[in-house]
Amino acid sequence: MFGYEFMREAFIASTFIAITAGIVGVFVVSRNMSFLSHTLSEIGFAGASFGVLIGISPLAGMILFTMVSSVAVGSLSTESSRREASISTISSLFIGLGILFLSLSSQSSSYATNILFGSIVGISAKEVQQLMILAVVVIVIIMVFYKSLAFDSFDHIGARAAGLKTRFLSVAFLITLALSVSIGSQIVGSMLVFVLLTLPGATARYLVHSVPKLIMVSVGLSLAGVWLGLYLAFVTNWPVTFFISSFEVIVYFLGLSYKNWKLSH
Amino acid sequence: MIEARNLEKRFGKQLVFKDVNFKINDGEFISLVGHNGSGKTTLVKILMGLEKKSGGDILIDKKQTIGYVPQFRNIDLDYPLDIEQFVRLNLKWKLSPEKRRKDNELVNEILEKTHLTELKHRPLGLASGGEKQKAYLAQSLLNDPKILILDESTASLDVEVKMQLMDLVQELNKRFKLTVIFITHDYELSKKYTKRALFFENKTIKPISINDVSEDMFELGGR
Ligand SMILES: Nc1ncnc2c1ncn2[C@@H]1O[C@H](COP(=O)(O)OP(=O)(O)OP(=O)(O)O)[C@@H](O)[C@H]1O
Ligand SMILES: [Mg+2]
Repeated sequence: MFGYEFMREAFIASTFIAITAGIVGVFVVSRNMSFLSHTLSEIGFAGASFGVLIGISPLAGMILFTMVSSVAVGSLSTESSRREASISTISSLFIGLGILFLSLSSQSSSYATNILFGSIVGISAKEVQQLMILAVVVIVIIMVFYKSLAFDSFDHIGARAAGLKTRFLSVAFLITLALSVSIGSQIVGSMLVFVLLTLPGATARYLVHSVPKLIMVSVGLSLAGVWLGLYLAFVTNWPVTFFISSFEVIVYFLGLSYKNWKLSH
Repeated sequence: MIEARNLEKRFGKQLVFKDVNFKINDGEFISLVGHNGSGKTTLVKILMGLEKKSGGDILIDKKQTIGYVPQFRNIDLDYPLDIEQFVRLNLKWKLSPEKRRKDNELVNEILEKTHLTELKHRPLGLASGGEKQKAYLAQSLLNDPKILILDESTASLDVEVKMQLMDLVQELNKRFKLTVIFITHDYELSKKYTKRALFFENKTIKPISINDVSEDMFELGGR
């Protein structure tokens, strides 16, 4: 399958996406932001169609929209109870906007399908390069703040008690989340990018008990999912997203059963 | 030493306390007692700079690091980290192998001190209430505090475990001259372990001898 140029591009792009999503996902889950990452992908869809409408790249539109809204959500509401409500409100607004933008622009509906559900054929060498740069930016931000981010994510109250600047950390993390959503959407689509951002991280929690191990397992599961998905999509011509999400869901339930089995022994 | 001079705290229009004057000596083990909502947690938050005072002064040596075991924590059954990893969250990132080795030694030493060595690989979510409290305590001891603040760390523990935890804190207090500020609703414990108390009443705080502490000061509810 690597005989095809577009498959090589897709393979490289999805490898970078999987690594970023796997790392960021560990923090998404432990910060209880699964729902937010889902909403961000809908906002990303609106951003992408906005990009198409005004003639900038969909990726740029996506980054613009997800960045602005994630920082807005983050600074509007630190309490999770209030966050839920403000997230649903914002999410409804943006799905509507996304559909409006798309219908206003002259692009065909297959374009919308690509944004929403992802595609492995649509990626050019230049886009792969952009994705790689963005992925590296995300990974570097996480590495720079790794210790404090881990403390804040796995023990928010303790981190505050120890005097960490948790507000700042939260905004820094939201920015990496927005970037991850934007780059992840390129392969799995904005509808299902949260699969990669939540399931591997959630599954890892059933298997291992330290932050570095959580990250390793999460990245591993995420990589396994996209590689397998790409291969099966190539062979069957079915959508790649179907295989990725099925794989991650199955592994999630295996992980859960493993934990329950261990508890009863 | 910690000293409050005419300290005052309001949340908007609501007065929590005013005209507060007291001293806490180095190495002292002191109780903070008073009804729910009388401002105990608020006072220690001001001490740590997590909350702003509204007036007066609080004098505290900036070099004295504070270990704080907060009143509430959200650790559910599925919490993934084990006890050792949870404690280690409070470590800074170190590049040099030498410093990392020192950190490992420190962690082991603190796990030993808090009697957690055997339990260090147990997921914190599955630990008992008392084990959790010990883990919180161990984590707060990592940056070598001179002052330790326990915010109702013994609430919800059964008598035996309570005593164990308090004996441990007392040992740290004696051996390392650690100042301990113990917020509690437990009459027996404050009598047994501390000699002095700060009593929160009528929107102010008064230092009193433990002999003047009576059981009705601990009633829950009311103001
Ligand atoms: N961030 C805040 N904003 C507004 N009011 C607050 C805030 N934090 C505390 N209060 C109020 O200040 C008062 C003192 O609260 P505090 O938590 O210090 O009481 P406490 O003595 O620790 O009570 P408890 O024994 O129940 O823990 C309460 O009336 C509380 O409602
Ligand atoms: Mg309190």
